[in-house]
Amino acid sequence: MEELRKKASELLAGGAVKVVIGYGKGTGENRRPIFVRAAERAGDLAVDAGCTQNLATYLTKAEVRAMGRMAIVAIPSTLRSILQLAAERQIREEQVLALAVLDGQLRELATFAAVEETVATIPDAISAADRAMIDKLATMSVSERRNFWADELGRCVKCYACRSSCPMCYCERCTMDCNRPQWIPVASHAIGNLEYHMVRAMHLAGRCVECGTCGAACPVGIPVHLLTFYAEESVRRQFGQKGGGSAKLDYAMSTFKPDDKEEFIR
Amino acid sequence: MTDRYTLSESGVASLLDALAKAGRRVLGPKKIAERIEIAEIKTAAELAKEGQSTVSAKGTVFPKVERLLKYRFEGGKNVALEDVEPNARPTVLFGVRPCEARAFHALDVVFNWDYKDKFFNQRLANTTVVAITCTKADESCFCTSVGSRPDDPAGSDILLSPLKSGGYVAEVLTDKGKALVALAKAAFQPLTGAAEVVPAATVAPAFDAKLLERKLAGKFDSPVWLEQSLRCLGCGACAFVCPTCVCFDIQDEADTRQGQRLRAWDSCGMRLFTLHASGHNPRDKQSQRWRQRIYHKFAYYPDRFQTLGCVGCGKCSRACPVDMNLKQHLVEAAQ
Repeated sequence: MEELRKKASELLAGGAVKVVIGYGKGTGENRRPIFVRAAERAGDLAVDAGCTQNLATYLTKAEVRAMGRMAIVAIPSTLRSILQLAAERQIREEQVLALAVLDGQLRELATFAAVEETVATIPDAISAADRAMIDKLATMSVSERRNFWADELGRCVKCYACRSSCPMCYCERCTMDCNRPQWIPVASHAIGNLEYHMVRAMHLAGRCVECGTCGAACPVGIPVHLLTFYAEESVRRQFGQKGGGSAKLDYAMSTFKPDDKEEFIR
Repeated sequence: MTDRYTLSESGVASLLDALAKAGRRVLGPKKIAERIEIAEIKTAAELAKEGQSTVSAKGTVFPKVERLLKYRFEGGKNVALEDVEPNARPTVLFGVRPCEARAFHALDVVFNWDYKDKFFNQRLANTTVVAITCTKADESCFCTSVGSRPDDPAGSDILLSPLKSGGYVAEVLTDKGKALVALAKAAFQPLTGAAEVVPAATVAPAFDAKLLERKLAGKFDSPVWLEQSLRCLGCGACAFVCPTCVCFDIQDEADTRQGQRLRAWDSCGMRLFTLHASGHNPRDKQSQRWRQRIYHKFAYYPDRFQTLGCVGCGKCSRACPVDMNLKQHLVEAAQ
């Protein structure tokens, strides 16, 4: 942690970056996102097991970008988000410096190539509990699965915390907000909730970096991340493409290749 | 003068039975998985006596979606309108926290400001509130900074204070409370001798709401709003768990033959909230929306309704995915 603070302090003092997006002290034992803009505040930065939110969400936030070059304290999923955002041309290399904290070691990754190299060495990290749940859902009958999600999504209040916390949901204008025409019901009733979550999962198919930040953000504890994880894995199975692995890619869902498997056409 | 009784643990059970027999729906805080939800309470054991529910009890009187009317296209320019009645089932909110009870006033002043809202009023009229004094509070609680306290009777029809020996002292505060006692007379025993209640939770005052209101008058253009809202994601979690947030959206859902008009919760934290048809948005930045949230509750409400738009329950802080702690932000704003 001292190493991170020292590095952040140097970067800010020398003007190499204008802001360090990181984790700091929150309510009680919580960690919260902080934006360090002066070398003397680098001591506010913290890194520990409580730092689980994917901060890459802030790389596309106008107020943060307006500050200038950003350094970001990165956990593995943050690194994958940086690559996916780069692949989707939402960030440029010179805008961001990743301060990766992996196994307690600080690594400064200034180029997308360096981020790619590092990401390639990190194993996939879906938690055992999430893996078990995805497997369990896959073995359910259609009606069991429908009931499971009807029950879970029944609690949804459509606060959109899942969308807002997702690094890949960066659109200024979301389909959900489109009201001429109104594609998706605004109201948080059964159909409105279901359509919203299905559309969100489809939009993240092949793009989800599997950070789980959406599920953690849900105030009523709906495991919405399982939907995007499942969609992500489907694309991986069909097209061998994984969200957040490369800074350059032809997105599977919008690129036709003659050797694409077409098992989904039945 | 209030009537005071004792309500034993077994008295709670017989009260719940009596309420079920009388056709009352009983809702209250209930532990489900890791959360406390406001859910149907059938047995005394289901009641979560401590801790805050994630989402408030507001939905009892102001549901997240409510149908206001229906219509049918009958050819040409003829449209048949059909009024719908609120589904205002007789309900007892049992065992909620005093801050939840107090919050109904903040909704009431808006729903009866000029137009008298039939849906809210019928639901509220059919709701009896039985609150339990808080014996525990956490770091997000700040009721004592907004003119309340953990044993505040305001808004409750009956206030229960836990006894050290088990059971409760029941203070019957309103006619609705008396009517509820009449449904289960045997459950409420006359209070005799000294009743030793569990002390109410200690919530240290964090700021002075009057001072905050005065400070806000000169802080509209302060950089503090941008600073505080940098991490805000602009979702509606805070507003949708809040017991006093009253904003709603009106939505028509229709096909070529028929339709319905719905009222759904909305939040000033969302970009679309103030987007004009022209494309102009007077609150285009998250900092402006965060400022609006604070001003609405702590400046505009007292100015217009002589009451605060906040009861200090802290639900917003607990629900926030990025730990926007309202108490901390208000302490800062009051400086």
